[in-house]
Amino acid sequence: MSRSDVLVNADWVEAHASDDGVVLVEVDEDTTAYDKGHIRSAIKIDWKKDLQDPVRRDFVDKVGFEALLSERGISNGDTVVLYGGNNNWFAAYAYWYFRLYGHDSVKLLDGGRKKWELESRELVGDVPRRPATSYTAAEPDASIRAFRDEVVSAIGKRNLIDVRSPDEFVGRLLAPAHLPQEQAQRPGHIPTAANVPWAKSANEDGTFKSDDDLRALYVGEAGLDLGKDTIAYCRIGERSAHTWFALHELLGLPNVKNYDGSWTEYGSLVGVPIELGEAK
Amino acid sequence: MSGGNDGCGAPAGGVAATAATDPGSQAVVEGHVLRAGQPVSTGYARLLNSGGDFVAEVPLGDDGGFRFFAAPGTWKVRVLAPGGVRAEHSVAADYGKVTKLEVAL
Repeated sequence: MSRSDVLVNADWVEAHASDDGVVLVEVDEDTTAYDKGHIRSAIKIDWKKDLQDPVRRDFVDKVGFEALLSERGISNGDTVVLYGGNNNWFAAYAYWYFRLYGHDSVKLLDGGRKKWELESRELVGDVPRRPATSYTAAEPDASIRAFRDEVVSAIGKRNLIDVRSPDEFVGRLLAPAHLPQEQAQRPGHIPTAANVPWAKSANEDGTFKSDDDLRALYVGEAGLDLGKDTIAYCRIGERSAHTWFALHELLGLPNVKNYDGSWTEYGSLVGVPIELGEAK
Repeated sequence: MSGGNDGCGAPAGGVAATAATDPGSQAVVEGHVLRAGQPVSTGYARLLNSGGDFVAEVPLGDDGGFRFFAAPGTWKVRVLAPGGVRAEHSVAADYGKVTKLEVAL
């Protein structure tokens, strides 16, 4: 897989967003951003209402994903182009879902909504209507999702990458700094994890760094052992989906999993080891 | 998931930082971005730590507002707006305090 298989730029979107077989989807951290204006022909998926199970702490199951995509008018053969704010944070999370449920052709708009806005490109209020489809999802791909027991047994054995900010990693903050800091769970990080904040893989305009820069960041700077499998985590699995995209989709590393339980789960588990302060 | 605090979602519609904030036990850094006295609602505020590392980013609200929940210490707020416009300010934050910042572009 090459970069052009999974990323498109703004010029490509302007030229192809209305093509048959191309569906542009905004998935934003601020779920009202779409309503204020979006790229022409884009539809919206709400990461919270549409992609989370309403009762259990889990994401939407296969049947729910099929119902969602069918209702939004997405077919199995469509090329889905996702974009959103904050360096495509939540768009990358949705991308991971599409891969997990076996969608063939899915890409991110490099730079997402931020780059588009900062370049003063067109945003519109028209909401497109797409006829319903009959979408069929694959069984979830367990090779890209990690669960807690696997994470605990990976301590000291596999690459663990904590992609939260350094202040969250050392235990100084419990949440990203644009959110209130009241959380019940313990601060800190999983022992043996390396801290590579997710946003280091992005340029300031939200585009992904080059493959050479990504390799230097993860392998050179963070010491990722390419002979080992890798698990990425953050607080609830969105930022680590962005890092999963950089490692698995851009650098093409095999055996990279996103632990979407992440710190809100791990930091609340009884009896598991936690490390405070800098990485040891 | 319920409520805004246990997800990673940004405040809906960006931050309206006009209303008074009760910091409680939080270390709040908030402010507005203005151009010729008018709110700049298209743009982003980024919070960087004292080492210059990215910590968080929010879209500006309709009133040009932004808000971060930081920790005690010194932080940088960097504003990005269309046309390559950038501005950067250092601020000090502390628990129980709202640190206000007005950014003129």
